[in-house]
Amino acid sequence: MHVIASSAQLSWNVVDDVRQMFSFRFMVNAYRAGTIAAVVAAVFGWFMVLRRQTFAGHTLAVVGFPGAAAAVLAGVSVQYGLLVFCVVTALAIAAIPSASGIGYGEETALIGTLQAFALALGYLFHSLHGGSLDGVTSLLFGTLFGVTSTQVVILLVVGATAMVALTVGARPLLFASIDADVAAARGVPTRGLAIGFLVLLGVAAAAVSQITGSLLVFALLVLPPATAQRLSPRPSVSLPASVAIGVVVTWLGLAAAFFSPYPSGFWITTIAFAAYVVAVLASRSR
Amino acid sequence: MTASALSFDGAGADLGHKTIWRDLNAEIGRGEFVAVLGPNGVGKSTLIKVVVGLLPVAAGTVTVLGGPPGRHNREIGYLPQRRSFDATMRIRGIDVVRLGLDGDRWGIPLGPFGNRDRRRRANARIDDVIELVGAAAFATKPIGQMSGGEQQRLLIAQALVREPELLLLDEPLDSLDLPNQAAIAELVASISRERGVTVLLVAHDVNPILPYLDRVIYLGHGAGLIGSPEEVITSESLSDLYDTPIEVLRASDGRLVVVGQPEAPSHHHDRHEH
Repeated sequence: MHVIASSAQLSWNVVDDVRQMFSFRFMVNAYRAGTIAAVVAAVFGWFMVLRRQTFAGHTLAVVGFPGAAAAVLAGVSVQYGLLVFCVVTALAIAAIPSASGIGYGEETALIGTLQAFALALGYLFHSLHGGSLDGVTSLLFGTLFGVTSTQVVILLVVGATAMVALTVGARPLLFASIDADVAAARGVPTRGLAIGFLVLLGVAAAAVSQITGSLLVFALLVLPPATAQRLSPRPSVSLPASVAIGVVVTWLGLAAAFFSPYPSGFWITTIAFAAYVVAVLASRSR
Repeated sequence: MTASALSFDGAGADLGHKTIWRDLNAEIGRGEFVAVLGPNGVGKSTLIKVVVGLLPVAAGTVTVLGGPPGRHNREIGYLPQRRSFDATMRIRGIDVVRLGLDGDRWGIPLGPFGNRDRRRRANARIDDVIELVGAAAFATKPIGQMSGGEQQRLLIAQALVREPELLLLDEPLDSLDLPNQAAIAELVASISRERGVTVLLVAHDVNPILPYLDRVIYLGHGAGLIGSPEEVITSESLSDLYDTPIEVLRASDGRLVVVGQPEAPSHHHDRHEH
């Protein structure tokens, strides 16, 4: 399909170009899946960045690789492998003792250990299956242009469920993230929220990584929220802005990939990174 | 409602298997401004955490606003000991105050779709309390970019926003410069006086709050003393409490200097407890 994509000609007439892109079924599905993934990642990432749990989030994204490899080895659907590995890892991270559920210090070393072990397992599973390097590439960098309609529906259901659960706990989670001791004194179940958030983050990472690959989940999870929080310290502005940035970056990245010989993951990450740099420079000059 | 805000009856606290203090007997009346004093590691923060129900009562009984610790936390404003918000915390001061009002409610704020009356009342309440602590000029800045004194004012606003009957302040003067220490001490005293709020304030140094205090609890050597500052902070009573000669000097400006005060054996406990 990359052959098709790279043969597309950019006419600079936006209407024609969009029509040309969407005449391909795989592009329509890429946009659907990419949009859902961007929204879910932007919302979960917003809390993750605020809670200083980006390293935990990175680890949850990366364990998608051994998860998917294990599923291939066991001959079951990749989705199950992703989900099981991400949720189990989330529970393992949540079990690391800490006062507030916010990660620093020795916690990061433990999470790093988990991450290295997970990557080693992924490598093992993959070589046991006798897989090719192409397989690894698609697990790590995703197959945005190869998403099926069934995958889009599953992504929508899993993503929507995770979002509803997060919405219910959003305000106490924000309180616990900023001010764990005071929140606990007010009766907020800070420990339960910390565990629940990590598990939901794991589910979201699993859902998204099937589309974007294990490594690029992290780009969507951290770059749009970090950019949005740079732009505004108001939650009611920066959370919607995070979603908007994630979606726009994904749309532009997919289009750029369609009309160029370079992969979508490269474009999405590069555009997101450029937005972050602009936001940093803009907030500096203010 | 009982007459006393807080009472300790042979009360004790442990951290893990370690006894922190025992046999604390004290009655604190409503509207009193009481300081908890003592060297590092004697369990001053532990005392506050027991009152708010974050740590169990290990011995005796503790009654808070007429119930066991934790029962009436809605009427308690709590300011934990902390370092400070780091510079990358991108949340406005006013949002931190608002969380003190409704942060324990599930779901998300509905904004313009919610109950308009309730929203207006909440906003008025938040503006009022920010005005009270003198934070109106900087409340909409990101909290990570404020000075220690500005952050402390907003955190006191957060603790006050539900109009609590009891205010528990753990080292609110820590890491502030002298003018800010004096300003925060005066602010807390005026809130206590004008609104009839009972205040229990943990401090290293009694001097910034000395002019405003009704009584002090002095913790040391696993036990505690309560009384007026003049009664408790004397060479005799502190020497008795620590079982070693201690001298209390009064400087010409009225400041108290405690000389020869031993450090508690568990020096690091107070800071690292969780």
